[in-house]
Amino acid sequence: MSAFHHLEIEQLSIRLHGKPLLSLDTRIGPGEVLTVMGPSGSGKSTLLAWMAGFMSRDFEASGRLRLDGRDITALPPERRGIGLLFQDPMLFPHLSVSGNLRFGMPRATPDKQAAAQDGLARIGLADFGARDPATLSGGQQSRVALMRLLLSQPQAVLLDEPFSKLDSHLRHEMRQLVFGHLRDAGLPTLLVTHDHQDAEDAGGRVLELDA
Amino acid sequence: MLTRLIATATPIALVLSSSALAAPSPSDWQAVLDEARGQTVYWHAWGGDSRVNDYIGWVDRQMRERFDVEVTQVKLDDTSAAVSRVLAEKSAGNLDDGSVDLIWINGENFAAMREADLLFGPFNEQLPNFALTHPEHNPEVVTDFTLPTQGYESPWGKAQITFYHDSDQVPEPPRDIRALLEWAEANPGRFTYPRIPDFTGSTFLKQVLIALSDDPEALYSPVAESDFDDVTAPLWDYLDALHPHLWRSGRQFPGSGPEMRSLMADGELDLAFTFTPSEPAAAVADFELPPSTRSFVLEGGTLGNVHFVAIPFNSPHMAGAMAVANFLLSPEAQAHKQSLEVWGDRSVLDLTRLDETSREHFASPEENPSLLPAGALGQTLQEPHPSWMNALQDAWQTRYVGQ
Amino acid sequence: MPRMPLGLVPPLIVLLLVGPLLAGLIMALLPAFGYLPALGGESFSLAPWRALFDQPGIWRSAMLSLASGLVTTAVSLGIVLLFLASVSGTWLDKLIQRLVSPLLALPHAAAAFGLAFLIAPSGLLARLASPGLTGWERPPDLLIVQDPWGLSLMAGLIIKEIPFLLLMSLAALPQIEPARRVAMARSLGYRPTVAWLKVVVPALYPLIRLPVLAVIAFASSVVDVAMILGPTLPPTLAVSILTWFGDPDLSRRFMASAGAILQLGVTLAALLAWWGLECLVRRLGRRWIERGGRRAGDAPLRLAGKSLILLATLSAFVGLGGLALTSVAGFWRFPSALPDSLTWLHWQRALPSLGGPVLSSTIIAVVATLIATLLAVAALEKEQRRGRTASRALWLLYLPLIVPQVAFLFGLAVVTESLGVTPTHGLVIFGHLLFVLPYVFLSLSEAYRRLDPRWSQVALSLGVTRGSTFRRVRLPMLLAPLLTAMAVGMAVSIGQYLPTQLLGAGRISTVTTEAVALASGGNRRVIGVWAMLQACLPLAGFVMAVGLPRLIWSHRRGMQGSP
Repeated sequence: MSAFHHLEIEQLSIRLHGKPLLSLDTRIGPGEVLTVMGPSGSGKSTLLAWMAGFMSRDFEASGRLRLDGRDITALPPERRGIGLLFQDPMLFPHLSVSGNLRFGMPRATPDKQAAAQDGLARIGLADFGARDPATLSGGQQSRVALMRLLLSQPQAVLLDEPFSKLDSHLRHEMRQLVFGHLRDAGLPTLLVTHDHQDAEDAGGRVLELDA
Repeated sequence: MLTRLIATATPIALVLSSSALAAPSPSDWQAVLDEARGQTVYWHAWGGDSRVNDYIGWVDRQMRERFDVEVTQVKLDDTSAAVSRVLAEKSAGNLDDGSVDLIWINGENFAAMREADLLFGPFNEQLPNFALTHPEHNPEVVTDFTLPTQGYESPWGKAQITFYHDSDQVPEPPRDIRALLEWAEANPGRFTYPRIPDFTGSTFLKQVLIALSDDPEALYSPVAESDFDDVTAPLWDYLDALHPHLWRSGRQFPGSGPEMRSLMADGELDLAFTFTPSEPAAAVADFELPPSTRSFVLEGGTLGNVHFVAIPFNSPHMAGAMAVANFLLSPEAQAHKQSLEVWGDRSVLDLTRLDETSREHFASPEENPSLLPAGALGQTLQEPHPSWMNALQDAWQTRYVGQ
Repeated sequence: MPRMPLGLVPPLIVLLLVGPLLAGLIMALLPAFGYLPALGGESFSLAPWRALFDQPGIWRSAMLSLASGLVTTAVSLGIVLLFLASVSGTWLDKLIQRLVSPLLALPHAAAAFGLAFLIAPSGLLARLASPGLTGWERPPDLLIVQDPWGLSLMAGLIIKEIPFLLLMSLAALPQIEPARRVAMARSLGYRPTVAWLKVVVPALYPLIRLPVLAVIAFASSVVDVAMILGPTLPPTLAVSILTWFGDPDLSRRFMASAGAILQLGVTLAALLAWWGLECLVRRLGRRWIERGGRRAGDAPLRLAGKSLILLATLSAFVGLGGLALTSVAGFWRFPSALPDSLTWLHWQRALPSLGGPVLSSTIIAVVATLIATLLAVAALEKEQRRGRTASRALWLLYLPLIVPQVAFLFGLAVVTESLGVTPTHGLVIFGHLLFVLPYVFLSLSEAYRRLDPRWSQVALSLGVTRGSTFRRVRLPMLLAPLLTAMAVGMAVSIGQYLPTQLLGAGRISTVTTEAVALASGGNRRVIGVWAMLQACLPLAGFVMAVGLPRLIWSHRRGMQGSP
């Protein structure tokens, strides 16, 4: 987890039915958070989908995505090494809390049980391993989702408005936690949001897309 | 596929297994039994009566034990399904590996199969037990609806129209066809007959026609040889008069004899009839009909016929099928079948042809008030030519369907 | 799952379903125009059609089939929509939903026998009311069951189609967020039931259109229910065709084939008429919606919705209870409400011959359902991976639901014969697959397509492979709908009569073929025994489908309310 990664978006241009939607050329360094803001329809979710490898066939894209210099544009999502956090924590309802954490760990992780235990302790949920995720509060679920992401050892991270559904008093605390952990792990991060507070707390560059 | 279909249009020579059709001598019969060993005979038989099914189960056990032949009943809701199947096989060019080995059959189904050349034979002269029916003295075992069987089917049992009623409701039932009409007028909605083309219903038409016709002899030749309208006019007059007084005013009919029986059981009808003389007594034993049920036959006799088993031309187990047909004619199997607890179907054997020990199997049944009195079936009217069946069915439907 | 085979699944499905169907239709079409060399028909002619149209009452038969297709569908759909509109989450609503779903598993024939015994003049209702209320000492001579207008037939079909349409609607509803729509309409002053009908139904209908069309096709060509409850002089077209195919006069098979083609035409006509009806209702409905009535009729609509569905459901259950009682009844004279005595005789008699048919039914149903589920899941999974566009060819999948069985099964039997395929369990399973697969697909696809795509996105972004994502995320999360679809598949398979009989050469005996054969014996007690068996087998599947997920996910609250 100590390795430092960087992400490059090279001459990206996305079109919808032939009409240009957005173009971008940028680099996100280790531990840096690039915030992308813009009204709906500006293409920020499409950008996210392109980077994660889920872009719908309705769009066409040209350009390259490089992770640590390696071209990953054509790789399937599961081999890109890019982690995702959604608006909802998306904890698998059929797995326990620690089952969710173990689900994302690389196959070679030596002692998954211990790693999960350790991860839960780091987010202040030490005794929650055996719990049903549905019994956790919204804030707790978000923390578990973050830890699941980190334990999967991604090399870059995409955040899709991850704080928008949290209660306002939790939001700040959660931002500190997420950005802190991502920075510590040295992960280049792209944050999509329309909350300026998110951008401020992220503390990195802000990119405004037009409609 | 089409070429295969066309290929089958040419007349088909019977493809027979080696020894099955040799001259009838005891040693050859042994050869048939040897060949039958280990075969499974698929017997397509109407499966609507669990008593019959149980009897066939008994036959299976006996055949396994004695001849190492397995009998599997393919239960049909209508015998014509087996006819269709053999026909489908023939049209598909399947000439020696058919799925039907034995069919419980008679009447128009037999006529249809003979006409389309779908049966194997002649084989019954070869069955050692066939002689016990004494065909020279009992022509009904070699005649099916006036058609000579020519050895293409082997007799199995006898049926005859038998009326039954609840003696608590109807102490004095009508004793002939004319009295039946008067009785129906006096008791509207309490009598009916199965919807044509049902077998039992069609038999009722023939019974009425024989009773009322000025020229019953005409019925025993093909229908084309007589003036149908003229011969059948009394029948239609009778039915036109009868229908308004029938159950549901003749606007609806039960689908079959058994359905008519269940209407009796529900108390919707007071008088009904069956082709199986033992059926009312069996239904009493099964709690379907009240113990006050009584049976009788019409004065002047009722229609009766013999039912048979036949072997399709493309059966792969002809030897096994012949072994079964022969066993069915054994005194033991016939006696077991005739016993009321088992099925109550009458034997086709000529008792005078049996030795003392065999005759003992046919001990007279104990008194059962729901059964016909002994000797009541003495007077049997013979079935008309099968062509009458179709003609009557068509005429009935034109007259009464969709009105 | 490896990628290559997955890509081949939709064409495989289409080939598996459409091939036999077309072959069967052709083998009906040729004899319909006089060509069947085995029976001496070596040139084409219109004689079979002339014979067909000379049949007494043929037009009445055709009209009956058409009417029962349309009326059954309209009434069942109406009741289902009215009920859904009136649902407000009370205990009664929950009870009704819980009662209705197992009815989906009830074979049509068993339901029909139950209803017949309920409403016949000597049936359970008349017995309960007699002689106290009616004064009847003998059953009245009333034409109720098998009435010439087909009303009892339609009633029997409606009882069975309500559960189907209800479950299909319930599966589709979450997609269109009815609660939000109704809340919006209510904020504009609409009463809840009126609101539901005005803002949810227009969005819901397109989603359940296919099941509705399947109901029309089924109801216009059904055989077993029509034989038990339908008119007789003449019967519906499908029943007539069956009689002609079974006629010992083999030359009638030409006419029967022409009838099969006519049946296809009648079903298509019913579908077309429905389409016209849709246009009309859309136009009138728009006017009704835009007129803005908000309150009028809310209470009566709600009352109608609940009472009609309750009536239909209770009829099915009471009828079934009547059958159960008959199966153990001793002598039972009218008008006694209960049998004079009880006896196990009929069960004891059936017991020794039970094993084979029950085993056969189970094997065929399980294998056919497993294959169908595998194919359906593979096709849906492929669709998910390619993006959300459904393969257009998959529409052909529903062809066996639209083309009447009597129209192509006889032809198909001839085809399999001529290919030299011996009748085995395998062939019967293949025949069942024709009908099981569409129903499994229909029951599963909604849930499968609705599952939030972000679940797999999360899993993939965690570095888990596609195959693993399918096994460890989609499959467990879809366990409940998967099992329900399998239960539906099993129920469909267990209820099949014609395919089993025709493709199995009658040698494969299942509870349904056994029940039909024994039903021809008319002994109601024996029918009761076999109808109960026929009903219990698929019911066991349903109990498992509902119970297993609850058991497995008993410690996972998030899985409890899953679709």
